[in-house]
Amino acid sequence: MRISLPTESELEKGSSLGRDAWARLRKNKLAMLSMCFIGLMLIICFIVAQLPFIDDPNEQNLENRFAPPSGDHIMGTDQLGRDLFSRILFGGQISMLVGFIATGVALLIGITYGAISGYAGGRTDAIMMRVVDTLYAIPFLVLVIVLKVVIAGPMEEQLKWMGRFANIVPLFFAIGALGWLTLARITRTQVMAIKEQEFVEAATSLGLSKMRILFRHIVPNTLGPAIVYATLTIPSFILFEASLSYLGVGIEAPNSSWGILIKEGADFLETQLYLLIIPGLFFSLTLFAFNFLGDGLRDALDVRASKD
Amino acid sequence: MLKYILQRLLQGLLVMAALYTIVFFLVGWMPGDPFSSNEKNISPEVRENMKKAWGLDKPLWQQYLIYPKNLITEGSLGVSTEKNRPVWDIILQSFPASLILGVSALFIAVGIGVPIGILSATKKNTAIDYGGMAIAMIGICIPSFIIGPVLQLTLAAKIPALKIAGWGHPLDIILPSITLGLGTAAYLARLTRGSMLEILNQDYIRTAKAKGLKTFSVVIKHALRGGLLPSVAFIGPAFAALISGSFIVETIFQVPGMGQHFVNAAIKRDPFVLRGVVLFYGLLIVFMNLAADLIAAALNPRIRLEKT
Repeated sequence: MRISLPTESELEKGSSLGRDAWARLRKNKLAMLSMCFIGLMLIICFIVAQLPFIDDPNEQNLENRFAPPSGDHIMGTDQLGRDLFSRILFGGQISMLVGFIATGVALLIGITYGAISGYAGGRTDAIMMRVVDTLYAIPFLVLVIVLKVVIAGPMEEQLKWMGRFANIVPLFFAIGALGWLTLARITRTQVMAIKEQEFVEAATSLGLSKMRILFRHIVPNTLGPAIVYATLTIPSFILFEASLSYLGVGIEAPNSSWGILIKEGADFLETQLYLLIIPGLFFSLTLFAFNFLGDGLRDALDVRASKD
Repeated sequence: MLKYILQRLLQGLLVMAALYTIVFFLVGWMPGDPFSSNEKNISPEVRENMKKAWGLDKPLWQQYLIYPKNLITEGSLGVSTEKNRPVWDIILQSFPASLILGVSALFIAVGIGVPIGILSATKKNTAIDYGGMAIAMIGICIPSFIIGPVLQLTLAAKIPALKIAGWGHPLDIILPSITLGLGTAAYLARLTRGSMLEILNQDYIRTAKAKGLKTFSVVIKHALRGGLLPSVAFIGPAFAALISGSFIVETIFQVPGMGQHFVNAAIKRDPFVLRGVVLFYGLLIVFMNLAADLIAAALNPRIRLEKT
């Protein structure tokens, strides 16, 4: 009897966790649709906005206030005669940047912190987790406002080269610097499960340094759940920035974000409903897309969503 | 049990001490002082005298020790530099409105979220399930600053009893608490559905069904107790978040709660109000978490308090 060995190409094709997950994700129509929508939004906000026929979002034209949608202004103009469509594009840039950069900051801090805590174990772990518990007891909104004010001064000095983005980066960092708690807990749980496995023992017996084992061998294996949670963090940060801007302590002029557009729209609710509805639609649909994609990823990677 | 509560209270005290330290220095490092951000032109001598009167001329570490000393010996949270009123006064005057709003929002969240979650779980993968979860997604993705104005436009404009904004008549509570509670309701619905599904897959539920019990009594008598545990645990922090996170809703509906004072204090750099409010919220969160844990323990005999 002949045993047919798997051919070279079959071996290479062997199914990895990532590929399995991708196959499952592709079957989830809602998640795929959401992914396309997010891609489309990114293209519109960052590439289409640079095209020459897009109006300057800050150019006022007081003779053309509250103009209804027309050929010149496909979504009409606002209370100062500014083109709503281009304001949505440029506002979208800020909202997206908040989501991605703040989540990046949170991922960096959360994974490092959680990994060290979980790997160290014992008393170090206990103390580090008590710190996280403490931070959980802080009213998030309140502290982000204070932290942003504290770091804004020194950071803006350093960031002058970024032009109009200089005065929003501190906000990104303030949000990310306080939004990493759940990510740290997730990573810690993962690291604690993985550090007992044989390949870690093998790495230890090869004499690798602890740092190398932790960050080269253990942490890459914990990224799945962290990324799933990060996908769900992006919309919550976008929402959070919008809330701050709504209160008047978020993004400052000349920048704007979807939150600011919605706030401005709400002022003219009774007469000019579209000023609230159009930015609101862009905003909510984007949040929908990120949430559906996050849910899809979670199902595909089979991550238990646990808050603690 | 008593030992556990004492232990947790001690832990809470530590949390509060850490929270105080973080907030104290963050607020202390805020650029500018409360008197320079005033629009009024104040001569340098007057400013120095003002700082002296509030004890802000001393080095930061001395202030760090003076504040808790005053809190313990005089029960004082300091005096607002902006309004020249004791911080306690401000909190006691504005907190009731935030509390009433938070409590009624919590009732709405539980009243809507939990039944939707249970229904969706028992009718899994039917139109009811999809509909319920779609509503939940809308509640998560459409922020209060869109829902609020839309409610004002639709309900308040049509029904004379509901005012667009204001606070004084008992009916004024309805719209703000719906606006505030919907997001939490949506989250609760998803959480309840998830945990109910897990319980409904357990053997003892199958046994109960095999004994011929109706689905209704299986759900009510057997599944609910376990299925609601995560939701109960969530209600504590959620309640604290509703009370401390109602800034936006308070702004939309002009509710005289704590939000306006805090945002104002952040803009005007009023150190005593900022610290006082954060500590007050922190205390609230610590107690809510403790209460949630105790209720969860009472519901679930498997949680052995001594172990945690």
